Amino acid sequence: MNVKAILLTLFLPITAFAQGFAGLGTDADGFSVPQPDPQFAFPADHGAHPDYRIEWWYLTANLTAADGTPYGLQWTLFRSALAPETGEGWTAPQLWMGHAAVTTPENHYVGERLARGGIGQADVVDDPFQAWIDDWVLEGDWETLRMTASAPDFAYDMALTAQGPLIFHGDAGYSVKSAAGQASYYYSQPFFAIEGTLQLPDGDIAVTGNAWLDREWSSQPLAENQTGWDWFSLSFDDGNKMMGFRLQQTDGNNFTSATWITPDGQTTPYTDGALVATPLAVNDDDVPVGWRVELPEKGVDVTVAAINENAWMTTSVPYWEGPVTVTGSHTGVGYLEMTGYE
Amino acid sequence: MTRATLQALLSHWWRNPLQLFTLLAGLALATALWSGVQAVNAEARASYDAAAATLGEGQYDRLVRQDGQPMAQDTYITLRRAGWLVSPVVQGRLEGVRLVGVEPLTAPGGIGPVMPTEGGDIATFLLGEGQLFANAETAVELPDLNVVITPEAAPGTAVTDIGVAQRLLEKTGQIDSLIVLPNQPIGRAELRVIAPDLTLQPAQGGSDIGRLTDSFHLNLTAFGLLSFAVGIFIVNGAIGLAFEQRRPVVRTLRALGLPLRQVIILMGAELMIFALIAGVIGVALGYVIAALLLPDVAATLRGLYGADVSGTLQLRPAWWLSGLAIALGGTAIAASGALYQISQMPLLAAAQPRALAMAAGRRAAIHGVFATILLGIAAVMMFTANGLIGGFILLASLLIGAALALPLFLDRLLAGASVIAKSVTAQWFWADTRQQLPGLSLALMALLLAMSANVGVSTMVSSFRLTFTDFLDQRLASELYVRTENETQSAALVAFAAPRTDAILPIQSADTQVAGQPTEVYGTRDHGTYRDNWVFLQQADNAWDTTFGGQTVLINEQLSRRAGLNVGDEISLQGTPFAIAGVYGDYGNPIGQAVIGEGIFATLHPAITPQNFGLRMDPDSVPDFLAELEAATGIPPSQSVNQASIKAISLSIFERTFTVTTALNVLTLAVAGFAILMSLLTLASMRIPQLAPAWAVGMTRSQIGKLELLRAVLLALLTAVVALPLGLALSWVLLAVVNVAAFGWQLPMYLFPMDYVRLGLFALLAAALAALWPARRLARTPPADLLKVFSNER
Repeated sequence: MNVKAILLTLFLPITAFAQGFAGLGTDADGFSVPQPDPQFAFPADHGAHPDYRIEWWYLTANLTAADGTPYGLQWTLFRSALAPETGEGWTAPQLWMGHAAVTTPENHYVGERLARGGIGQADVVDDPFQAWIDDWVLEGDWETLRMTASAPDFAYDMALTAQGPLIFHGDAGYSVKSAAGQASYYYSQPFFAIEGTLQLPDGDIAVTGNAWLDREWSSQPLAENQTGWDWFSLSFDDGNKMMGFRLQQTDGNNFTSATWITPDGQTTPYTDGALVATPLAVNDDDVPVGWRVELPEKGVDVTVAAINENAWMTTSVPYWEGPVTVTGSHTGVGYLEMTGYE
Repeated sequence: MTRATLQALLSHWWRNPLQLFTLLAGLALATALWSGVQAVNAEARASYDAAAATLGEGQYDRLVRQDGQPMAQDTYITLRRAGWLVSPVVQGRLEGVRLVGVEPLTAPGGIGPVMPTEGGDIATFLLGEGQLFANAETAVELPDLNVVITPEAAPGTAVTDIGVAQRLLEKTGQIDSLIVLPNQPIGRAELRVIAPDLTLQPAQGGSDIGRLTDSFHLNLTAFGLLSFAVGIFIVNGAIGLAFEQRRPVVRTLRALGLPLRQVIILMGAELMIFALIAGVIGVALGYVIAALLLPDVAATLRGLYGADVSGTLQLRPAWWLSGLAIALGGTAIAASGALYQISQMPLLAAAQPRALAMAAGRRAAIHGVFATILLGIAAVMMFTANGLIGGFILLASLLIGAALALPLFLDRLLAGASVIAKSVTAQWFWADTRQQLPGLSLALMALLLAMSANVGVSTMVSSFRLTFTDFLDQRLASELYVRTENETQSAALVAFAAPRTDAILPIQSADTQVAGQPTEVYGTRDHGTYRDNWVFLQQADNAWDTTFGGQTVLINEQLSRRAGLNVGDEISLQGTPFAIAGVYGDYGNPIGQAVIGEGIFATLHPAITPQNFGLRMDPDSVPDFLAELEAATGIPPSQSVNQASIKAISLSIFERTFTVTTALNVLTLAVAGFAILMSLLTLASMRIPQLAPAWAVGMTRSQIGKLELLRAVLLALLTAVVALPLGLALSWVLLAVVNVAAFGWQLPMYLFPMDYVRLGLFALLAAALAALWPARRLARTPPADLLKVFSNER
């Protein structure tokens, strides 16, 4: 028996994505439930929503060093509530989990932090915006942000500058996740320019690139028959961007959703069936690290391939997350997240 | 063929059931003592391991405040936010149970063996009233709390969430220590910048408790090994005799065409089956011994070292397997010589009537060489041995060397006696005793080992008791000790007690490190209680004057030995240098201690105010004083300890230790007595040819029987004479080598002549009892049997 064993039960709502845990979509247990036609208010909604079961601040970035080497970077803060309340002290029912990673073509470095809410070790406040767990910080006014993380074998310190508006997925930020109507609130800032320094075992590396920050919260994100998901954030060289996800179901079918984003921030949402994602190649662990992704209505038919096939997050809730290259009808880079393959 | 051969071989045991019994009983007893002691040790170690796992003791570095006080919870957050991967721990006593609060999200994996996995609900553990995890014994002490029973919990310990522990221990916002996780992120800030009042305690190789109690377990293991050695002597004797007697059978079988190889294999298989049977019986007996001893051992360990050991025994595969293995191994060792002899025996060699004695004579020479070598090693190691392993090697060489030398020594002694003897009867008696010596030598060696172990261990334990009780008298000089809850109570106590007592002696201490050793620093008031009672092992001039004056420090022997510090050396406390003015004996304390004056202590540790007080007063006025104290200040008698009751508690702990020692003493003596009985019984039937001539020339059978008894007592007496110096040497090794290695202090050795006399009488009694039945049998040998000796020409 050890602590790690209980973490799975701790972060059950998040595990739901990875483990295909059935039973979450059934009851919200006193938690608020996302409703259609959301009215967001900022900066308040950049902060935490403790009356919802789960929430995350999820940043991924495609980076390039001066010598042209591609890198991937992840900074994520998860919130998981045991009860729809907040408070001071050890009994505050909010738990926090941070994941950070740097992916190089050869290596994948992972760090993880866990914290109780209510004691100041981790939290997110909206004004001025600051999200933190231990020494990991994401702070600023969303026009510019500073972001740091550290682990035994890597650290980074990055500056981000927004170069476009916030993007709202689904129906104005109400993102449906199943045919049965499970949904989350979901918006992104996909237009960050990012620069900074990666501290890696081989030395410091200056990098630049673009970053994508996702905000999502809900209390019942998956249907009972959904076992995992594949999520794509693609930035094409022509300036367009695309977010798409595919939820795997026990009956062999999938539920897909996508958002097309033009260079000036105009969005087109696509409901189930418009996006088609087909696994092409698997790595040694049977995780599909190559995909054919099609969105016929925008003429998209691309091959998505991992820059490093072994971008497995060896965290207490394990999953695959890493940078990808895009070739085919469109070219570019992006990030791929896959859960449910353990 | 195999079946017929086996039948022929086994028929020997049908005809000699006593030999079979000796073999099985000797082996079973040896295994029982060995596995019983191992069971006690295994149980105790499992308890320490559980305790260590609860807190990750020894595995992880820790951060604590330099002054030993709890740190603020904010310090924890500051460290985490500076990139330090640390996990908070709070602990304290609740209803006599050690309550440990951990933080499951940040604790390293494996800490707190009692986390909820199945059926556990994390929300219940973290929120609301919380959940405690403890074993069944401990759970009983906490009836009002939500306790989940888990057998994996360390004895006497309950583990819970840190928030729950802070609430139950009334330590809200306080943290006692921070576990430092092994893999820290790069680029974190330096400790002295972010938390200058914290200090890093490096992880230690083993748990503290484990090291402290090693000596105790070593003593037990030594006992177990000695008992086993005694048992193996018995088995060796029984096997040697049986094989000697079966030579004609072997010769016949081989003459009938049975290959030698098959004979050896069958005889070996036969013995291994016996060994398995005896091993199973022995392990079962060992379980009984362990179950009887364990509560006392647990109480001793708890009292002496504060180590909580479960008082109930669990069946652990490790020790019953080791019990069986040692039974098989022991038999193999005991039988290998005999089997070798069979293999070397010429096909048609006659069964030699005095073969046993002659073989023993040849062995004696080899034993002599070994004895000389081993005693030589022991002599060298007496001056060079240090550490537990060295001490153990010294013990083993000394004991085995002495045991091997015993028959030679006795033989020389008896030869001398027969030269001096005048009368024919006396001359015959000495010569016959010498003749019998080889057959009895194994049993006598067993007796020697048992007696010297008893002398040695009793001397050690009694020396310990005497030293410790003297020490208690010195150190617990105050008639009454009062603990206060807070500064207000302290002030009230001082105000109340000042006019009613001869002196008020505040007792205040801080945990710190001196030369890398965990050390308690005491700030002590200048009073005759200390000057008159404390005994120094080393001291400078005016040690007390300079210490109370704030210039010097006194340290205990443990700190002196471990850190290599002596009078005149300098140590640093809170950055202030102090010269060491004295080293004092501090028995029974596991860690280092340093004493400085009250004034300088207040300067170095301004945050600490005394909450324990020793009060000097007329012992008779203590009860009245306590009653008035409660009425006047509200301090209940439960916060006071009467000096007399502290001593009573301490002494009762020692009584438990003695119970264990005495039980083992009795058992080893019993085994040795059994060895003598069995040797005499097996010899008796062989001795008729030697006794018949004595009877024929006019000695009555009753005279012969009496001489037989006298002989056994005489041999036991001679053995006892050798055992006494050997036992004293053994106790010296235990006190001056093993004890120093395990505890860090040397005990003065005291002698207890009356104990030795009593022990000697017991040994003689055991020998006499053992000889009684064989002697009676001889005395009642039918004259016809004696006559047959002359008719059967051999």
